[in-house]
Amino acid sequence: MSGSQPLLLGVRHHGPGSARAVRAALDAAVPEAVLIEGPPEADALVPLAADQGMRPPVALLAHAVDEPGRSAFWPLAEFSPEWVAIRWALEHDVPARFIDLPATHTLAWRKAEEEAEAEVEEENPSGPSAEHTLRLDPLAVLAETAGYDDPERWWEDVVEHRGAGAPGDGTRDREAALAPFAALEEAMGALRETYGAGGHDRDLVREAHMRLQLRSAQREFGDSVAVVCGAWHVPALRRKSAVTADRALLKGLPKVKADMTWVPWTHRRLSRASGYGAGIDSPGWYGHLFGAPDRPVERWLTKVAGLLREEDRIVSSAHVIEAVRLAGTLAAMRGRPLPGLTETTDAVRAVMCDGSDVPLALVHDRLVVGDVLGEVPDTAPAVPLQRDLTLLQRRLRLKPEALERELELDLRKENDAERSRLLHRLRLLGIGWGEPARSRGSTGTFRETWRLRWEPELSVRVAEAGVWGTTVAAAATARAEADARAARALADVTALAEHCLLAGLRDALPVVMRVLADRAALDADVGHLAQALPALVRSLRYGDVRGTDTTALAEVAAGLAERVFVGLPPACTALDADAAEQMRGHVDAVHGAVGLLAESSAASHGDLRARWRSVLRSLSGRDTVPGVIRGRAVRLLLDEGEVGQDEAARLMGLVLSPGTPPQDAAAWIEGFVGGGGGMLLVHDERLLGLVDAWLTGVPADAFTDVLPLLRRTFAAYEPGVRRTLGELVRRGPGVRGGASAGRTAGIPGFAPEPDTERAEAVLPLVRLLLGLDTDDKDLAGVGT
Amino acid sequence: MSVSVEPTSVEPSQNNSAPANAAQALRPHAEDAFAAELAALAAQDDRPRPARWKLSPWAVATYLLGGTLPDGTVITPKYVGPRRIVEVAVTTLATDRALLLLGVPGTAKTWVSEHLAAAVSGDSTLLVQGTAGTPEEAIRYGWNYARLLAHGPSRDALVPSPVMRAMAEGLTARVEELTRIPADVQDTLITILSEKTLPIPELGQEVQAVRGFNLIATANDRDRGVNDLSSALRRRFNTVVLPLPADADTEVDIVSRRVDQIGRSLDLPTAPDGIDEIRRVVTVFRELRDGITADGRTKLKSPSGTLSTAEAISVVTNGLALAAHFGDGVLRPGDIAAGILGAVVRDPAADRVIWQEYLETVVRERDGWKDFYRACREVSA
Repeated sequence: MSGSQPLLLGVRHHGPGSARAVRAALDAAVPEAVLIEGPPEADALVPLAADQGMRPPVALLAHAVDEPGRSAFWPLAEFSPEWVAIRWALEHDVPARFIDLPATHTLAWRKAEEEAEAEVEEENPSGPSAEHTLRLDPLAVLAETAGYDDPERWWEDVVEHRGAGAPGDGTRDREAALAPFAALEEAMGALRETYGAGGHDRDLVREAHMRLQLRSAQREFGDSVAVVCGAWHVPALRRKSAVTADRALLKGLPKVKADMTWVPWTHRRLSRASGYGAGIDSPGWYGHLFGAPDRPVERWLTKVAGLLREEDRIVSSAHVIEAVRLAGTLAAMRGRPLPGLTETTDAVRAVMCDGSDVPLALVHDRLVVGDVLGEVPDTAPAVPLQRDLTLLQRRLRLKPEALERELELDLRKENDAERSRLLHRLRLLGIGWGEPARSRGSTGTFRETWRLRWEPELSVRVAEAGVWGTTVAAAATARAEADARAARALADVTALAEHCLLAGLRDALPVVMRVLADRAALDADVGHLAQALPALVRSLRYGDVRGTDTTALAEVAAGLAERVFVGLPPACTALDADAAEQMRGHVDAVHGAVGLLAESSAASHGDLRARWRSVLRSLSGRDTVPGVIRGRAVRLLLDEGEVGQDEAARLMGLVLSPGTPPQDAAAWIEGFVGGGGGMLLVHDERLLGLVDAWLTGVPADAFTDVLPLLRRTFAAYEPGVRRTLGELVRRGPGVRGGASAGRTAGIPGFAPEPDTERAEAVLPLVRLLLGLDTDDKDLAGVGT
Repeated sequence: MSVSVEPTSVEPSQNNSAPANAAQALRPHAEDAFAAELAALAAQDDRPRPARWKLSPWAVATYLLGGTLPDGTVITPKYVGPRRIVEVAVTTLATDRALLLLGVPGTAKTWVSEHLAAAVSGDSTLLVQGTAGTPEEAIRYGWNYARLLAHGPSRDALVPSPVMRAMAEGLTARVEELTRIPADVQDTLITILSEKTLPIPELGQEVQAVRGFNLIATANDRDRGVNDLSSALRRRFNTVVLPLPADADTEVDIVSRRVDQIGRSLDLPTAPDGIDEIRRVVTVFRELRDGITADGRTKLKSPSGTLSTAEAISVVTNGLALAAHFGDGVLRPGDIAAGILGAVVRDPAADRVIWQEYLETVVRERDGWKDFYRACREVSA
């Protein structure tokens, strides 16, 4: 019957049932050429599919030559009918050709689309299969009509189990192999009559192209030609249509210069869960169905048991037997001929996982989706990432040289800023072309020094990084997002956030921030949070310098601060000396960060400082908090002007009174006057005055009790410091320098009014240092 | 110790008295309360039934999940939840594996087990209530000592347990709160579930399970101080976890309905605008329980308490009582704040931090929650 007609094999993309049926049909019909839905530019790449180094899942990648970011993928898994067809053709030494509209046009279409409307539909990136799921999935419609919720199941039941007769003589075999396709074609024909082009006019153009290609193939090879394409297109290809009409449709299509290559793909990207999704959510299961020679359910459950055992869950063979039985009975109850993924999953949950979804998530992740990573031979054409990098290098005049050299960047210059971003992005991608070095001359945040050196193996790294995307920016974004999700410690994520800001990866920031917020929410260790906060606030300031939008960052930083506020008081109890010292460091760090944060963030967090003060206040008043932290809290409050001198003196007296254990009191003083070997006391007269005033106020008989404590604190100071202190005390307060004369009101330690005359004298120098006369816009926030 | 004198067979008098009592019973058995539905299902059920099942597995699932039969009979849903769960449970009973229903308190475990037994065997009364003091006799058999002393050991002197009766008659037995039963007593189930026999060494006899026998156990997976199942026993069960309500609307619905019922039985005045506060309680409970805010944007730490629907119900009921007796009769944030605090903060150290973090990072910023935030600050201070 198909002697006069080409063999049209309508398939479901990534359907293992389809793949198997295609193989059977090709084996039965033995066509002289195989035509496949896909971009014809890839014809030259077909032989690579037979290469030893080629391992699916892989994808055909088309990209615009002068704009590597514009790209489209045609993912192929081992169980994709298209892949099966390619392999069959190569094995039988029969030409395989792609007949879809050339990528030249499809890429140009997308360009036009993007220019037409600002928001880009997430439609085309994965090529034909994504289009199908997003519009009308014809098989899904048919399956739904037949009362199935999973199209692949319906296909399995209808296609797999129909043609499965005993192998008879040649003609019977052939008919059996082709019968499902004939039935499907009929059904599709009916669908197309109802739905037309399914709401997508471009299909008509693509189909016109396919018809023309089919015709020319028929001229070349006769009628013994097989076409593997989406089932949706079969009726259109069968339809007789005038050559001129088809040509007319194809006239005047926009064009861009396109290039193609194979790139490795992963099961995870095939799954619907990730952004590129080719529209199937269980690639691992499909792969299993395709690969298992027989008894798929038994083999699958054995695999699951193996995985659970590896993870130290006790799963015996008896469990597997029971799970197989339960899956079978469930399928019978649901009226299905064979257990599918739903039934086996239910069985695994009830029998092997004690009803819990936690181990099941592991099964889903490792087996149902799977970790399979494709491989592409080295002979495949270069990935677009390399091309993009070359373009950037040329534009930014940064030549890759094997000789090491140093590069000074001034981030206020547009070109330098972009160079810095490129180098940071490459670093994120693991391409260590430039290593940041310490700036020699200036320590300003707008200077960067890099040590550049291009080593040959970096080209390999670029090729490897091609998995992440087609441009440096896109790849770095994808990599940063993946790294953020995989990061374990909170500090790793904050470092990554800093990186993202440095590299100007605006798009990655939301994901990283999200992960950061989640990690922060779940991290119960205040120490971690307190460590992360300063880095984050620092990033905020970098962001200011580089003109990045940092609202999200400020939001997260404020949330982090909030959590620290809540968690700090309970975390400060029951600490030993070392831990207390560490915690004091955290308190200091948070204090500094809160000050910066309150300045740079929006008004909604304006009360951060006030809330921090109330935390400090509660810290200072708790007896269970170690002395060193309490003392520090009082000191910080004193600096802020929140606690008056009298109050501070009273607190000091309270701590140094006989009721307090000596170590605790000494620690308090230590925390209060700060570390640094007493230098603070030398330079801060106010502090010294406070200690002095308290000391002179101690009654004579209590003095002997206090003495050991003070000695304990002061004995640790350098002899020079001690002598200076002694001299200062002997001279008495207020005698030193004129600055102390007006010390009556305002913040302690400062005069009530600034001395404008003296201040103005400094201004020209400050202006010169900051370069305010030349360009004051970029420098907002540098001086803070 | 049971004093029943009757041997293994079911005594007719007891059976006859059941329907007569059903009308006056405070809480009739499932098979009596829904006798009409079961009869309608049985009449129209043409699918294959396992041995001694009153209905086919498909019909049992329909009985639990509700539906409309071809002749128009409406089957009320007994369990509101995922269909998958009921299907797995019913299928398990159709194989020879026992069924273990797990879940936090208030997820309708007992309710499902009763209805399953009623639909499968038409008898939900073969029940062993598990407690810390449940003896082996409750699962195997006891002796009528008067008869034992008078006539010596014989089948007549034996007092069968519900499990033994279910085995002999091919019915469904139920064990409630399996994990509360001491471990050594639990393990008597192993022989019953794997060998499907119950030896009576004193008589040199055994009771073999008739086809149709199966066992449904329920257990609470959040309870403290339970006797965890040995892996040998666990292996005999297929486990089905009954989840908490899937979405907020369902839970609000369940809570407000139950609060209404309880309120009426306690003669509490009905609160006119309580639904907003109920929604708030449910939202707080769900967010803390799931460890993520309702908008899915912020992760949270979960406190140690279960925060089940049942607790939400009691918080609201409590609040209503407060509002009715000490307030103006309207349920206000202040009335529920203390209740929520008590439900959330079980561990004074860790949970308090979690609660305050939640207050400061989530509640404070939320529109329209200012009054609630203030009320909570007041009670937490």
